[in-house]
Amino acid sequence: MIQAIADGLSTGAIIALGAMGVTLVMGILRFTNFAHAEYLTWGGYMALFVLSATGLEAGSLGPFSLGPGLILAMLVAMVLTVALALIADRLVFHRLRGKVNHITLVFASFGVALIVRYVIHLLFGGSAQYYSNDLRFAWRIGDLASVMPDQVLVFVVTLVVAGGLYTFLRYSALGLAMRAAAENPALSAINGVRFRTILLVTWTIGGALAAMSGVFYGVTVQLRPDVGFQLLLPIFAAAILGGIGNVVGALAGGFIVALVEAVALLWIPSGYKLAIPFIVLLLVLWLRPTGLFRGTSGGAK
Amino acid sequence: MTGLLAYSVFFLTIAGIYAIIVMGLNIQWGFTGLFNAGVVGFYAIGAYTCAVLIGPDRTFLFGGFGLPFAGGMLGAVVAAGLAGLVVALVTLRLSEEYLAIATFGIGISVQLVAINAAGLTGGTNGLYGLPRPFWNLTGDVAVFNLVYFAFVLVILGLIWAALARLIRSPWGRLLRAIREDDVAARSLGKSPVRVRIQSFVIGSGIMGLAGALYTGYIGFVSPIDFIPILTFQIWAMLIVGGSGSLLGGVVGSLVIWLVWTGSGTLLSRVAPPELQAQASAVQVILIGLIIVLTILFRPAGLIGEPRAVTPARRGG
Repeated sequence: MIQAIADGLSTGAIIALGAMGVTLVMGILRFTNFAHAEYLTWGGYMALFVLSATGLEAGSLGPFSLGPGLILAMLVAMVLTVALALIADRLVFHRLRGKVNHITLVFASFGVALIVRYVIHLLFGGSAQYYSNDLRFAWRIGDLASVMPDQVLVFVVTLVVAGGLYTFLRYSALGLAMRAAAENPALSAINGVRFRTILLVTWTIGGALAAMSGVFYGVTVQLRPDVGFQLLLPIFAAAILGGIGNVVGALAGGFIVALVEAVALLWIPSGYKLAIPFIVLLLVLWLRPTGLFRGTSGGAK
Repeated sequence: MTGLLAYSVFFLTIAGIYAIIVMGLNIQWGFTGLFNAGVVGFYAIGAYTCAVLIGPDRTFLFGGFGLPFAGGMLGAVVAAGLAGLVVALVTLRLSEEYLAIATFGIGISVQLVAINAAGLTGGTNGLYGLPRPFWNLTGDVAVFNLVYFAFVLVILGLIWAALARLIRSPWGRLLRAIREDDVAARSLGKSPVRVRIQSFVIGSGIMGLAGALYTGYIGFVSPIDFIPILTFQIWAMLIVGGSGSLLGGVVGSLVIWLVWTGSGTLLSRVAPPELQAQASAVQVILIGLIIVLTILFRPAGLIGEPRAVTPARRGG
């Protein structure tokens, strides 16, 4: 049980990083982007690409796999993932926004998701890959559980990033503008908030967090082209659970979904793993569709 | 029968079964505007329900009721319709995105059950040795294939006729009214949620029926037949033909199935053996591109929805 909770916390951090991006895009741009989970996969593979293209070693930092090489690769991957998010928006979503009903936009995002996932498959192959083949030793917590140092790192970094994002949205002028656009786009536009700026910043945050999440998944688990496909339901479950537009809610949602999954797997055969976040999602939609925490008005109805 | 002719009959039979799924999706999306991201789930529920009902008795499996094929078809429609009802009840009160997420989840969950619930579905081995209708009458593979093709065409024709009638009925007008303007429909005293649920259940049932037809044709079901990409193949068929058009759905099924099998054959010839797995990714990228480009540049598809009487109609 303790072991399940320990594993759940690091998986939860990865889900939360994806869910924070999804919830911002849903809350501010009012767009449910099913390609978002593929941005995670893209970010993870872009870091791998940077490492293999430059010949850099992932390196290590004390007990952690996230060494200087991998940190640099992750930063480049974040830029490349933001670029992908912006290009997808420019080429597809922006052309449709306001012209078709918004569910057609959702449909288009499924098409984009297919393209991104299978381009990765085409470029990198379908088999599992790792950033480094170095062996790492687990930390033992008494006799109760053993955790990998990387899992702890992922958990801590995610909390710090979420804190930073919360501070940005709460206290900076741009953050205020974003929250204003989420509550009332027309009124915020009248007050001089430019939609293009909001669009750019939202995709930048979403893309950067997605890339970070993808790299963390690669570090703690492995890279496969279907990572995003597997994480899509947990991410959306976390975002809806947390209240659409609520970043702290998405963080909590990520942990709740991962912990429920980890604990449920003690009894449920692991073949059904993917169905657990789906059941959580159905329960939330049935019992409390607005989420556990307060969302923004642009989100859930 | 020559090889090419035999293959053509097989090709057209599968295209006909897909055209039936497209009819189901057309009711949901084309006429009512309901997004279904788990089409393959409802199709698989139909196929497996039929397989369990008509299959021979086996000690290691649940089911094997040995029902006649008509019973299997009926069971498939009911089971897929019930699954549709559950999803609709949970999500249709909420905004449309949630239906997309929930149906996506259904698609995945059904596949998990197909793979893992070995006592019911045979697991990864699937259910094999299922009786095929008309087999005893025909005896010969070639004759069976022709007879079954005709059977699929008859079912397709019946569903087409029924849907064409349904769409012209007051209920059909109500569907499109709700799709175009929910608030206006409500102000006329109609209940959009109820009509949406009805439409979603009918569409799911038709997808289930297509699953039963597949089971009857192949005599074998396994999880490989119900991979998630099928959902988006069906979507491509619908929008390339033109959602809201019954003829468009059939044309789209033929075109996309031709593109899919054609590109698969071409890639398997061209790509070196060690890159075969990666080359098959190109097929899926093609489907994704077709979906995105159709939405962007030809939203009405090849055929498109017949014009309604009202001149000032917004694009669907």
